[in-house]
Amino acid sequence: MIYLYAFLVGGAICAVGQLILDFTNLTPGHMLVLLTVAGAVAGGLGLYQPLLEFAGAGALTPVSGFGASIAKGALAEAKRMGILGLFTGVFEYTGMGIAVAVFFGTLVALIANPKS
Amino acid sequence: MASQQAKKQVSRLPHMTQAAQEEKRRQLAYKELVQKRKPKPRYLRNVLVAFVVGGAIAALGQLVLGFLMSRGLDLNGASAPTLAVMILVGVIATGLGVYDELGEFAGAGAAVPITGFANTIVAAAMDFKREGWVLGMGAKMFIIAGPVIVYGTLAGVAVAFIKFMTSP
Repeated sequence: MIYLYAFLVGGAICAVGQLILDFTNLTPGHMLVLLTVAGAVAGGLGLYQPLLEFAGAGALTPVSGFGASIAKGALAEAKRMGILGLFTGVFEYTGMGIAVAVFFGTLVALIANPKS
Repeated sequence: MASQQAKKQVSRLPHMTQAAQEEKRRQLAYKELVQKRKPKPRYLRNVLVAFVVGGAIAALGQLVLGFLMSRGLDLNGASAPTLAVMILVGVIATGLGVYDELGEFAGAGAAVPITGFANTIVAAAMDFKREGWVLGMGAKMFIIAGPVIVYGTLAGVAVAFIKFMTSP
């Protein structure tokens, strides 16, 4: 059942992104920033966690989940070690993905060329 | 066919001179031609494809998350590796040239999932390496992903700070 919820929620967030692209003048870059910030605000306020528990990767893998993970890490570390945790916690959940993107992205760029 | 329809419409205006009628007929025929040639907005198709493709990528992510959780990790512990695995999937798909085609087909359905975030990084790295490894690839690989990290961090730290200060 969780797979269905993941499909529906993940699809719905992407559909919102598509509606933003089609009905406003925002570029894809602006749309991604908007969804990330919305996710970060919801995550910091604790509103994103119920959606995560309901839909799993449907809430986690869209870029809004990336934003929510930034806020969640900052808040969790701040509660653990005080105000400095706001800064050490930012990449607690997201840092691994960024490092993977940089490392393996560079490897791919070494061996592959853009198609066009 | 188009001009016949226009002729019919104009012939209902007998008070006009011959030349004015001809002019009017041409305008109507031109309008019809423009209507016919203008690409129809495909809002419904776009949003449906984005929904299905984005949902499918999320379901794939759920496969990873479910596997990690079945190995004893909780939701928090499995979040970071799930994001990392999906980013790796996006990196490989971009290297194979598959993800750019998916992006053209699915729009936000390919851009919004974290695999699309990885795609922007790798695509920029491949594009800008010809400008040099340091000032090209190194400087510009986050040309689209950078703003996401910057504003995500700004909003995340600010809101977490407020929540931290106001919660007991």
